[in-house]
Order: sequence, then structure tokens, then C-alpha cells
Amino acid sequence: MRNLILCGVGGQGTVLASRLISDAAMHRGIPVMSAETIGMAQRGGSVFSHVRLGEGLYSPMIAPGEADLILGFEPGETVRMLPYLRRGGQVVVSTLGVMPVTASLSSQAYRPEEMVDFLRSHVEHLCTVDAEKALRETGSPRVLNLILLGAALRAGALGLEEEDMVEAICRRIPPKYQEMNIQALKWAKV
Amino acid sequence: MGNEAIARGAIAAGVRVACGYPGTPSTEVLETAAKCRREDMYVEWSVNEKTAMELAGGAAMCGARTLVTMKQMGLNVAADPLMCLAYLGVKGGLVVLVADDPGPISSQTEQDSRHFAAFAKVPCLDPSTAQEAYDMVFRAFELSEEYRTPVILRTTTRVSHGYASILVRDEAEYERHDAEGFVRDPRRWVIFPGLSRMNHEKMEIRNRELRDRFSRDPLNLSLEGSLSRGVACGGFSYTYVMESRRDNPSLPVLKISTPHPFPDALAAEFLRGKEEVLCVEELDPVIEENLIRVCGQWGLKTRILGKGSGHMPLAGENSRDQVSRAISLFLGKEQTADALPDLPPLPVRPPVLCAGCPHRASFYAVKQAMKGKKCIFCGDIGCYTLGNAQPLDMVDTCLCMGAGLGIAQAVNHLEPDTNCFAFVGDSTFFASAIPGVVNAVYNQADMTLVILDNSTTAMTGHQPHPGTGCTAMGQAVDKVDMEKVLRAIGVEDVRVLDPLDLETAVENVRELAEGKGVRAVIFRSPCVALFRSARKVRVDADKCIGCRKCIREIGCPALSFDGKHAVTDGQCNGCGLCVNLCPVKAISGGMEHA
Repeated sequence: MRNLILCGVGGQGTVLASRLISDAAMHRGIPVMSAETIGMAQRGGSVFSHVRLGEGLYSPMIAPGEADLILGFEPGETVRMLPYLRRGGQVVVSTLGVMPVTASLSSQAYRPEEMVDFLRSHVEHLCTVDAEKALRETGSPRVLNLILLGAALRAGALGLEEEDMVEAICRRIPPKYQEMNIQALKWAKV
Repeated sequence: MGNEAIARGAIAAGVRVACGYPGTPSTEVLETAAKCRREDMYVEWSVNEKTAMELAGGAAMCGARTLVTMKQMGLNVAADPLMCLAYLGVKGGLVVLVADDPGPISSQTEQDSRHFAAFAKVPCLDPSTAQEAYDMVFRAFELSEEYRTPVILRTTTRVSHGYASILVRDEAEYERHDAEGFVRDPRRWVIFPGLSRMNHEKMEIRNRELRDRFSRDPLNLSLEGSLSRGVACGGFSYTYVMESRRDNPSLPVLKISTPHPFPDALAAEFLRGKEEVLCVEELDPVIEENLIRVCGQWGLKTRILGKGSGHMPLAGENSRDQVSRAISLFLGKEQTADALPDLPPLPVRPPVLCAGCPHRASFYAVKQAMKGKKCIFCGDIGCYTLGNAQPLDMVDTCLCMGAGLGIAQAVNHLEPDTNCFAFVGDSTFFASAIPGVVNAVYNQADMTLVILDNSTTAMTGHQPHPGTGCTAMGQAVDKVDMEKVLRAIGVEDVRVLDPLDLETAVENVRELAEGKGVRAVIFRSPCVALFRSARKVRVDADKCIGCRKCIREIGCPALSFDGKHAVTDGQCNGCGLCVNLCPVKAISGGMEHA
């Protein structure tokens, strides 16, 4: 059994990422259950997906202290989900923060670097992804999800092969965007 | 997804007609039905849930297997035809898919449709997983046809939106059910008091019969265990209970998948000899209160614990750890938890209008036009409810779909010196605002109707509606012209404006506010999630004086402050609203407006 949490801000592509993982696992014959944030929170709110892979599952929801991996699309949101990480679990996180409108309006600053520092001091198995660099090099602002999936794959956190994910991309994403997404998947070299 | 499973189940069960109105968390059922429909199927996004239920009732009268979908609030809208259909009955199977929303995550209420089923006296099936939801669709159609009654298939958000690998039928096993067509029989299809009296009794007798039948039905489950305490549950909470049962394998569990009619005999058998039973369910204590009733009727001494006894939370969604804690406490077990590090303060992220959303510009235009004047801004249900957020702060009321008109009208009658505005989206306008306009016009209200027309049903994921010129089955059709509708009702001053052309928009709203009677502005600009623009605005750091006016005034998620200057990020859609605001013309680019 493998418990994965994907988290970020609405609009970052967490839903597509969790569906790609589910799709890839299912085609390997691994039973999957997942749950996602859909609806109003997708408009810039905090969002998460729970993905569970393996036999004998009852609930798609992961309990605190049970996640093998947190795939964080945003540093602050990753810290928010930290209580779900099991002892010795892995965190793969993008270091690029998303400023909440509330922080821009008030004098209360939000500093994503502090969140990354917090993760560094509290998570043993941490892999950071320089998303700013990745997005610059891949040339598209909309492939953060695939860059992170690639990093998680190479960190061995998904229990899946790159080939599984490429096939899932070909099944799930329209042909004209496939190449761009596959490139993004292969970007991270951990 | 659970919702996709339900649609696929319905297709495999030979459904001929599927209709509904979008509403989270139910929407994907009909979307999937439309996408995967077989040739003999008719699928439509109806104008609202009442219309959908009436269409569904008519189809079922013709003998067609029919699926009608909505969220829990939608069932309120469709209550009238459903209550009457329950009395009149059906010929073709009629399954009413209603998705409840514990939390609530995207709804105004935490109402429980299991109660609605009991109120309407119709059978209700309550799946706990996507697989069960798929399988129950077949059962629901069979029950509906056997007992000639609508059947409610009730899900909750986590079942509807949960993904799972499931077993489905091969296409070769798909059922075919030909509709006989409408057969004239006024004694059957015309509801009259005498018929209702007779059918009422039949429904009660049938439901008594169903209680016994459901007690023997494997849909409901009694898992034995050696403990003298047990847990009763249903719906998604069953999955939480079963996860906890890994640590407590001797815990007896009663799973109720037919909350109405309730399987009394099965429940009594489970309760017999048990000291205490804890009820784990979301929304209302339906299982709990039924068990209390069963104890009374069967003379049992079991204590029933749950929401009523303070052992379970009264509102909100259940969670894995909360259910597991409640069960441990109930079984008198010590809870051990790892000490967690204290988390640093985290940013608050309420949902906001997207960068470049035309609703932001519309709200801002009205706000600018009415600055310093006594106003009320009545909001409605849709993305534009988010106009309440700071800094726009342009929603004073929000009740239910279409209600903004009535509220604005009431304020106008009581406080004639207040400028009364009602904001309504395009889909909501067709769904439920038109009677409100007729009412306001005829009863001499003095108010401004603002229609935020982004040419789609945006909040639920862009379904077509009568103003879009496209049907659920992808057919291009003539639009219903809302401007003509307004004029026909008697709204004489109707102005169609581009909200992104700020100056013209402000000027027109000012003029309209001076008018008499009901007048209307249609702010027309497409949803940015559908028509993304490659143009973005640029902030010239040399010119920017760091006054933060652009940030303070409109709250666009693409704009933030780096300590010295305003900066934009990749979310920018180039709507150009901020370009208008900058006092030193430091922002440029974006779309051009005539």
C-alpha cells in the first residue's frame, strides 16, 4: 500500500497530476483510490489530492501520519499537509511560492523561503525542485505538475516507472500538448 | 470518479433519457452521460432542476429508463414535481441522483437528502464507494420499475468525486429497455385528491414491505464481532469505520445502504444483546434516530450514541482520524499520537475570482459608479459570489439561486432612498431569475439588475445553458436572447456593455442608477478559463512608485508586491483592468478595448 498526497493552490494542476498517477498505476494492475478538491476552492484556494495505491483499501482518504509521500506544488501548502506525513516519509516540493491575495493586501508578508527552511529542518527525506528554473527552461508556465511528477518518479516515491507515466500522458492529454508535458516530466534529474 | 461510475452504470442499465442541472458535487454524472451516450439516448442540461425533474417524470411515464441529476440544493428546486411523482408513480425506471455535500464544501446548506427521501416516501440507496454507486444504479432502476416509484440514489462529495478502479460490465452485457411510449390513462397520470389518498396508503404499505425486504438484502451488511459494543454507519463514513476496524477486528459493524425504508429487522437483530451502539454518519443523524425508533418498537435496551448524545460532531465532514478517535474512545482505548512539530503561521487562501475574470471588472465598475451613495448589492450563486472577498467587497447578501432579485426588491420597498442592485450570472438568470424580474417589474420596483454574462456556467465547469447556443449533446442551436427576454418583460432600459472597458461601464452604471423602474445592464465578456489571452500586462519598475493602488483596489491574484514594486505573474490574462488604475501609468499592455 502506498499513500500519496498532492497539494498546492487551485489552478496549479494537482488534479491532472493525481489522475495521471492513478491512470498509470491502474494500467499496471494496481488498485487505486483517490479523492480530490473540486469546486469553489479550485479558484485559488488550498487544494489537495489523496491517492492510495494497493490492495485492501476501504477509504480513498489518508489519515494523518500515513502518507509515504507529499508532492508539494507550493511550499506553504506543503507545510500545511506535513501532519499527514508518516515517520520517514518523503517530501518533493517546488520552492516557488504562490502569493495569496490576502498577503498582498495586508501588511502580513508571506515568505515562501521560510516555509522551505521549515521543511529542510523537519523533513529527513526532502527533495526540492527549483520550479522557477524549470519553468524557464521548459518555456511553459503550465507544466509545473509534470515537472514535479518527474522529480517524484526519479526519487522513487511513486513506485512507478517513467514509461508508465509517459503512457498515461498519451492516454490522458490531447496530442498537441503531449510532447510539452513529456519534456517537463523528463526535466528533473535528481 | 464516482460520478462517472454512476453515468456508466446508467448507460449499461439501458437509460434512455438523462437530464439535470449542474451543481457541485453532482455535475460529472450528466457530463459523462452526455460524453458516453449511446445512440438511442437523449441527454440535456435542463434550465433548472424543476424542469429536469418534470422532463424526467414525463420520460418515465412513457416507459423510458430515466436518470435525473442534481445537487442537494437542486432537490429543493425540484421538490414540487418529485413529491407529486412519488404519489403518481412511474412506469419506466426513474432514478434521481442527488449529491449531498458534507462540510459543506461548495454549498449553502448541509441538508441531508436521506431525510428528503423519507419525506417524499421514496426508496433511497446510499453508496459508500464508486463501485457500490455503479452497482446500485442497476438496483435503483429495478426497484423503481418493480414498485413504480422514483428512487433516490444519494451520494456525498467524497463518493461522487472519489476515484477508484472498479469492475464494470462488458458492452455485450448492457441492457436494452425499449420505451412503450405514452399510453393514455387519466386515472393513472392525472393527480387528483382521491388518487393521492389511495396512493398514499399504497406507498406506506409498500414501504413497510421494503423494510423487510431490505433487511434481507445484501446491500445492507451486518459484520459480526465478539464485542458487546458496535458501530452503525452508512455512506462514505463506512469506509472510515472499516479503516478503523483494521485495529479493532472484533468490532461489530452495521452498514446501512438503504436509509429509507430502513431495514428495521436487520437493525434489531444487530442491536439485540449489545450494550451500546455508536452511529457514524455525516449530515443528519438518520441512522441514529432510526435505531432509537427500532429500540422503542422492538423493546430493546441498547443505548444509541452519536450526534444526539454528543459523541459525534453535529456538523461538517467526518474524517479518518476523527472517526478513528471516536471509535477508540467508544471502545475505551488509549489514543497514542506522535508529537507533531508546531507549524509556522500559514497563509490564508480563500477562493478568489481568477486573474482577468470579467466579474472583477463588473463589480469594480459598479463600485466606482456608486461610490459614496447609499446602496445594497445583492449577490447570487455562482463564481461571482466571490465578489464578496476583499478588496472588492461587493456582495451584501447571498441566499439561494435567483434570490438576489427578491431581496433587492424588498429593500427598495422598505428603503426607497437606497440604490438597489441585484447581480446574477447568465446561467442563474435562465435557471431562476426570470420570475423575479417579472415580479419586480410588475410590482413597480425601482432597482438595477446586473447580469454578469460570461457565456457559460463557470463555477461547475462550463456547462452550456440557453444563452450559449449549444446543447449537452453538442448541437448548435439558436440562443435565447436575454436582452429580448428582459425587454419583453417590460425592462425598457437594457444596456449591453463590456465590463473591461472601465470608463464606459462606470458612466453607464451611473446613468442607470438615476433611472426609474427596473433597468438592466448585461456585462458581457467571456469566462477567462475558456478564452485565455496570450497578452499580459507589464509593470515598468522604473515608473512604479509602489503605491499598491492596483493591489488594494481589485485584488487580482496575478498582482503582488515585491517590497518595492507591484509585480505580475504567469496567471495574468491581460484583462487590463489594472492598467486603468495606475496613477503613474506604470502598467501597460493587455487587451485593447474599443
